[in-house]
Amino acid sequence: MNQKAPPAKAAAPAAGNSRANTKKELPEHLKSYKHVWVLIELERGVVHPVSWELMGEGRKLADKLKVDLAAVILGAPGGTEDAIKDSFGYGADLCYVVENPALTDYRNEPYTTAMTELVNKYQPEILLMGATNLGRDLAGSVATTLLTGLTADCTELDVDADGSLAATRPTFGGSLLCTIYTLNYRPQMATMRPRVAPMPVYQAGKTGRIIRHEVALPEESIITKVLSFLPDSATGKANLPYADVVVAGGLGMQNAENYQLVRDLAEVLGAEWGGSRPLVQKGWIPSDRQIGQTGKTIRPRLYIAAGISGAIQHRVGVEGADLIVAINTDPNAPIFDFAHVGIVADATKILPALTEAFRKRLALAAARPAAE
Amino acid sequence: MHIVVCIKQVPDSAQIRVHPVTNTIMRQGVPTIINPYDLFSLEEALRLRDRFGGEVTVVTMGPPMADASLRKCLTYGADRAVLLTDRFFAGSDTLATSYALSYLIKKVAQEWGEPDIIFCGKQTIDGDTAQVGPGIAKRLNLLQLTYVAKIDEFDLAAREIVIHRRAEGGIQILKTKLPCLVTMLEGTNDMRRGSIEDALRGARSEIVTWNAAEAGIPDLALCGLKGSPTIVKKVFAPSPRAEKAFQIEVQGKTPAEISDAVIGEINQRQPGLEQDIQKMAAGF
Repeated sequence: MNQKAPPAKAAAPAAGNSRANTKKELPEHLKSYKHVWVLIELERGVVHPVSWELMGEGRKLADKLKVDLAAVILGAPGGTEDAIKDSFGYGADLCYVVENPALTDYRNEPYTTAMTELVNKYQPEILLMGATNLGRDLAGSVATTLLTGLTADCTELDVDADGSLAATRPTFGGSLLCTIYTLNYRPQMATMRPRVAPMPVYQAGKTGRIIRHEVALPEESIITKVLSFLPDSATGKANLPYADVVVAGGLGMQNAENYQLVRDLAEVLGAEWGGSRPLVQKGWIPSDRQIGQTGKTIRPRLYIAAGISGAIQHRVGVEGADLIVAINTDPNAPIFDFAHVGIVADATKILPALTEAFRKRLALAAARPAAE
Repeated sequence: MHIVVCIKQVPDSAQIRVHPVTNTIMRQGVPTIINPYDLFSLEEALRLRDRFGGEVTVVTMGPPMADASLRKCLTYGADRAVLLTDRFFAGSDTLATSYALSYLIKKVAQEWGEPDIIFCGKQTIDGDTAQVGPGIAKRLNLLQLTYVAKIDEFDLAAREIVIHRRAEGGIQILKTKLPCLVTMLEGTNDMRRGSIEDALRGARSEIVTWNAAEAGIPDLALCGLKGSPTIVKKVFAPSPRAEKAFQIEVQGKTPAEISDAVIGEINQRQPGLEQDIQKMAAGF
């Protein structure tokens, strides 16, 4: 039904259960599965940054297991060169590359075919993908085809003493964390959301082995056709995960009109704006502005949370921020447990003052002749 | 036309609380709801039925009390509801769940006709995996269309569907063949209220309830905990940060004074940030 979010037995240790899966007894034919793979999400010539974030995580796993880290790149003929170069730069030891006209745009059928063929031939022990619309669409199909375990939306990946992937993810709507294993099936699959892991350092000039694999994907055998692509207009679309500064509001903003105070500060700071889940449910903000476990994960240099109590569902989405400033009238609000700077006050009073102060400071700085 | 909609009854996560002292989940009295994402798919299914005729069958797998959510679907206007319930399914992960549901749908197809289209929710609010829909599609060898923002064309005679799919940086317009499995994006429609007749029918109707044998599930070893490749080894509360937030002095201060103090803290802890904001604003 899920990764066992609600059943009561999930909270009890799985030990003592008589079923086979709880003990590691990897079947003989799966013991040859080695190495860590990361799917590089390449769409219209651009690699989604989550793939590089996963390369950083994959590198750590591969080093612990003393195996190779491989990037898997699927794309149009001639369209993978930059992705290959960058994969090495972000830590890949080798790249598996499938180029085929059918892989020009993402489609579930040819991507599933190519991915499962690669896995069956080259047999990785761990396969990581981004928890994006592409990654989630593909991972479920690949895991079901291979009949293996898949853990979605991990917040932490590690390998334990016997070399098994320990995939930790929020459960119970983010109130608790659970660690999930796929002991007796390979590959062990997991997805991670953008911005959960930091971006690894890019090392220019690195190279490695490239393994090119041919997959037969005749267009006439693929039923789903891409008729066109409508790019989002640059304006109005939230880019919360990759913003440097984010200002968000919660129920402490009291009403929809007051939410404008959040946007005012965001505008002065050139920041993205968002909010906690209740605001989406109340219709004060659109769903792509939701921050937290069921919304976006953010990792800004500065996060200002106004009138947000800081339930764990929210916390898991923001704790990657470098600096969290929280404004809340309740001195016992959980947000003060993980914010760096706290202000026990009414956010509707503090936000306009902050907006005004920043506006003045930034205008002043703009008026100063560039001394440097 | 026959449409099958898969739903799940979930705890209303907005009402789950963690005990402040013991850090354990307080389960008592948490109400259950239809997974909110499923409602966008159900409404889309009802709209297709209203336009093209036919029947909507809503199915779920869960404990006996999940019939409450199925009954709710009938009051919205679904024609029939089927509950798959058996102790063999307890502890199913997404792979085991898609196994059971795929056989349930096969049985539904035998009883009431092959579905032309199957809907699932985008994901659930309790498991959040988004894996069961693609799992069912793969097991039934159906084409899958996830994150659908809009059904643009639906041609029952030609057995073709054109949809808008939310992708990274834009909308993909895809055309595929029926039968297929669709998951709708949130916010794409508003669930109807349901008529008085549907409300009465929902209250009175029998929910078709099958156990594993009645649904024709061939291999119980592939169900429940036993059939789940993933296992939960531990569940724990997130560790609190070592130190609490540094509190800005607010007693007797005006908002302006407080905000100056806040900006002072920000600049001390993130030196250079203000200059970078400045540069961005200037268009560098």
